[in-house]
Amino acid sequence: MAGATTMHLGGDQALRFEGKAATRETPLVKWTILGIALSFFAVFLLLPLLAVFVEALRKGWETYSAALTHPDAWSAIKLTLLAAAIALPLNLVFGVAAAWAIAKFEFRGKQILITLIDLPFSVSPVIAGLVFVLIFGAQGWLGTWLAEQEFKVIFAVPGIVLATVFVTFPFVARELIPLMQAQGKEEEEAAIVLGAKGWQVFWHVTLPNIKWGLLYGVILTNARAMGEFGAVSVVSGHIRGQTNTLPLHVEILYNEYQFSAAFAVASLLALLALVTLVIKNWIEYRATRAYSQSQESQS
Amino acid sequence: MSRAATFRVLPGFGLTLGYTLIYLSLLILIPLAAVFIKSAELSWEQFIGVVTAPQVVATYRLSFGASLLAAVINAVFGLLLAWALVRYRFPGKKLVDALVDLPFALPTAVAGIALTALYSGNGWIGQYLEPLGIKVAFSPLGVLVALIFIGLPFVVRTVQPILEDLDTEIEEAAASLGARRWQIFRHVILPILLPALLTGFALAFARAVGEYGSVIFIAGNLPYVSEITPLMIITKLEQYDYRGATAIATVMLLVSFVLLLIINGLQAWTAKRTGRDR
Repeated sequence: MAGATTMHLGGDQALRFEGKAATRETPLVKWTILGIALSFFAVFLLLPLLAVFVEALRKGWETYSAALTHPDAWSAIKLTLLAAAIALPLNLVFGVAAAWAIAKFEFRGKQILITLIDLPFSVSPVIAGLVFVLIFGAQGWLGTWLAEQEFKVIFAVPGIVLATVFVTFPFVARELIPLMQAQGKEEEEAAIVLGAKGWQVFWHVTLPNIKWGLLYGVILTNARAMGEFGAVSVVSGHIRGQTNTLPLHVEILYNEYQFSAAFAVASLLALLALVTLVIKNWIEYRATRAYSQSQESQS
Repeated sequence: MSRAATFRVLPGFGLTLGYTLIYLSLLILIPLAAVFIKSAELSWEQFIGVVTAPQVVATYRLSFGASLLAAVINAVFGLLLAWALVRYRFPGKKLVDALVDLPFALPTAVAGIALTALYSGNGWIGQYLEPLGIKVAFSPLGVLVALIFIGLPFVVRTVQPILEDLDTEIEEAAASLGARRWQIFRHVILPILLPALLTGFALAFARAVGEYGSVIFIAGNLPYVSEITPLMIITKLEQYDYRGATAIATVMLLVSFVLLLIINGLQAWTAKRTGRDR
């Protein structure tokens, strides 16, 4: 399921096409296509985004700030940050390890391994939650044993963390594998021949080459980790102040008809999404520049 | 040759591959296997009984039907949007380009309540549609709207890079041979785009089939009318019917695996057609 989530390099190409008679459309065609495309964009993407902020502020600042400073909202924020803070480093280390093994070495079954890493993208988030209920739930494989240890996974924080790790599993690996495959291994081999240790090679040769892709993967992982709803909903149990993440808190408020409060909390998540998009575009801009500079220095 | 293959200059192969396999097995493969093992507790007749119950079949019809329709709509409008972003200069282009990824970044629950607010009877869009007799929120049409929202970037982002890589020469050649603009699109550009367009379509479809968060708020979740298959799993779980939930999950997983294989095939085709490695 890659492709759509991998980093997109390259600047504006429009001049190349609009500058030539053969690839230029008549103004009528151009503005018709633009009109249809942008109307679709406005109705399906722009309006929902605007609606979040307008609905959030409908009853004024006081309701807005009251919703965000409520203790339940705070505990939801803390749990969301905690889940992301655990899932992120785990999947970061995994992503780097997987990309190193896949991109720098040849072995049988590599393509199958790449497909398996992609698997969580194509599994419904509801199933991502269900699998952990089947293992750790009261009726699950380890349910009785966990009850004896008095350790709760399902309807508790560990389950939420597990579900979050599951749904964000492929992002970093997915970003790094094609990037490191494209870069080859000559630079690392040269460093080894010159006497560098494995760790030094990674730190001084590989990491500078992959830093933008790595950051990109981290940003996507973080956005998904903080925003995940379906998988977390299945394992959470919706206990207020204990197992509610921000998206679940939005749902609870909404189902209690506290619409303004629900949209206030939702606006926090929408801001997170906007920040994510800004950083993502900045990374793509920097990576494009770094790429074109390295092309220039080679020619 | 075989000696060269076993001699590795770079260190860390065993460590990183071993870690990858263990981590993958513990977190993804064993948990997913649990679904199949659990559903095997049902006899074949019981399994078929659960997954072909009328209420469940109604959810397949809605989930797959709406997902298919949403993917078709996204393929058409996503292509237009990608075309506009690559080929035309217009004010606000950078902003539009950046916001296309919004559905990737915006939590699904937020998308769900925002769309519901827009399309409910007194919402910005709903207030104009309901007098016309078009009810979007709390109906199957609402499911379609949510699935269009979450699927759009898949099509745009798979088609866009292919469009950017197109050489202007082939169109110039076609034009100099007398082809009209539409003929050039139909016979020169579309065949090049087709694999990527189908990949984007399949990605949008696969995502839509499993989607939960953005749909449940706007769907209204009426049995036989606007219930999606993932919701059926949740409903069974809430009734502590773990086997029933698992049986439906097995069906969905099998569909996901088939879609994953199709998408892999399509991506390989795209790479072959365009010379891109992804």
